[in-house]
Amino acid sequence: MTNYLEFEKPLAEIEGKAEELRAMARANEEMDVEKEALALDRKAEDMLGDLYKDLTAWRKCQVARHPDRPHCKDYIEALFTEYTPLAGDRNFADDHAVMGGLARLGDVPVVVMGQEKGNDTKSRIERNFGMARPEGYRKVIRLMDLADRFNLPVIMLVDTPGAYPGKGAEERGQSEAIARATERSLNVKSPVISVIIGEGGSGGAVALATANTVMMLEHSIYSVISPEGCASILWKDAEKMREAAEALRLTAQDLKELGVIDRIISEPVGGAQRARADTIAAVGQALEVELTALMKKAKGDALIRDRRKKFLDMGSKGLAA
Amino acid sequence: MNWISNYVRPRINSLFSRREVPENLWTKCPECGTMLFHREFADNLHVCTNCDHHMGIIPRDRFAALFDGGIFAEVDVPMPTHDPLHFKDQKKYPDRMKAAQKGTGEREAMLVAEGEIGRTPIIAAAQDFSFMAGSMGMYVGNAIIAAAERAVATKRPLVLFSAAGGARMQEGILSLMQMPRTTVAVQMLKEAGLPYVVVLTHPTTGGVTASYAMLGDVHIAEPNALICFAGPRVIEQTIREKLPEGFQRAEYLLDHGMLDRVTHRRDMKSELVTILRMLTGQTPAVAGDLPKPEDVPAAPDAVAEAATGAAEQVDEA
Repeated sequence: MTNYLEFEKPLAEIEGKAEELRAMARANEEMDVEKEALALDRKAEDMLGDLYKDLTAWRKCQVARHPDRPHCKDYIEALFTEYTPLAGDRNFADDHAVMGGLARLGDVPVVVMGQEKGNDTKSRIERNFGMARPEGYRKVIRLMDLADRFNLPVIMLVDTPGAYPGKGAEERGQSEAIARATERSLNVKSPVISVIIGEGGSGGAVALATANTVMMLEHSIYSVISPEGCASILWKDAEKMREAAEALRLTAQDLKELGVIDRIISEPVGGAQRARADTIAAVGQALEVELTALMKKAKGDALIRDRRKKFLDMGSKGLAA
Repeated sequence: MNWISNYVRPRINSLFSRREVPENLWTKCPECGTMLFHREFADNLHVCTNCDHHMGIIPRDRFAALFDGGIFAEVDVPMPTHDPLHFKDQKKYPDRMKAAQKGTGEREAMLVAEGEIGRTPIIAAAQDFSFMAGSMGMYVGNAIIAAAERAVATKRPLVLFSAAGGARMQEGILSLMQMPRTTVAVQMLKEAGLPYVVVLTHPTTGGVTASYAMLGDVHIAEPNALICFAGPRVIEQTIREKLPEGFQRAEYLLDHGMLDRVTHRRDMKSELVTILRMLTGQTPAVAGDLPKPEDVPAAPDAVAEAATGAAEQVDEA
């Protein structure tokens, strides 16, 4: 069953009708509805194209958070071989919101990690909806230590509403853990690549998006604050999230123009949730191209220098008026 | 650097743009309700004389009390792209900015200066909570980078006073990018072997805590300062329970191992001097009487200026 978003309701109606017609035809063999059903299919296809051609910022937020979008686990399982999960932060616990370990991308051994949101009630609770606690960021740090020590490229997949705002998380130093993770990723002497595959939520995302190459899926978002949060602070009304989403410039297209990200990976018409395998393949292809380029371009300290320079230079240009 | 244009003029501007004097004569302590007379309040570094509650203090006043003789030279900070996102909520960002500039007499939410404390040359940076809640945007990022670069160029330690509601939403993703940017600045200091001391003041929250404020060699906080990543209200909404008294306050963080010390504002200067002189392998600071200014051997430009005021400052302490 397709999970329709609010703005996809007209589409749901048409697709529903086509489905109904076909069901009737199955029940009554004399009826020939295929022509009408095909016409409805075409109409639905056109509408899907129109809807996704020019998504507003708020609609992109909805697509980015779509429960059927491929998540970190799906990418790791499909794109990497010999994935060997490594657990724990060596301090306190293993945070299930962050998954990662050793794997091969093609022939290249890498360290891969990312936030995983889960795909049903049980796994969502286990993964804490992709909201990491300090243990998660400290796990990121120790995985980067490993990558640095054995000169393995680091690949990070970002998909989180943000770092977990909980009592224990604060007590155990959420801020310090995030700050150290960002610091660590700036210091890794192997290539570091990030892909924002869904939600890039604020400080909780940035530690996993401090990379030589940062890519975003076409309908993913990356923002300093959620549109709802921004609306409740600046508009004093959480219902103004549409306006806030627009003002924050959180789409991949705006971020590319601002020079914050390097590359946009196109999604199939109708978004990643409708063509999961194609989307995962597109991400895999982009990763291989960018990793090969990065490994050719620079090594060791030069990679660190490039990464730092990239962030120091950031923000020198604004958006066109 | 010109003392008149860097120190006197902004000071005069800020005096004129502030509220009328009669309203400012008395300040009520929000903690114990004591009415504090402005002169006494200023002399006590904006700390309540009755209950020791630490109130906000603007960077210029803090620096005047921190640096020997109140003398410091501002370090230039490159101005970033103005309103890069063309951000508009209920007000336009440039309008909010102008209001903040008028209200504070400052250009932006961070002041960087060089001078001496207890005759120890340092670079200091202070965040201005009265300027758009001290929020971290491109300028604050540039200020921290400028402070670190100046510290590396002059081989001085950096002392950073943090105070912010978090990242500046009006600069969107570019404010978030100040987390890695300022982290690079901290790395410059560490690689140059220079001490980086963070003084966390009320309140230090969000992306500021989760970057440069938590990467110091030494972390000192002012008493009862709120220091957190997620604010108490957000946490209460998430976990649906009341948080304990003193949660996320300086003393609480000290107990949980995130800070080295909690220090009264009155004692901050001498403590910084002690720590910095040990970290940089200098002799202990001279307490008590120093030779008269004319006996001080000649030192180059800014250093000489600062040294003249040093004597009286140490006398007071």
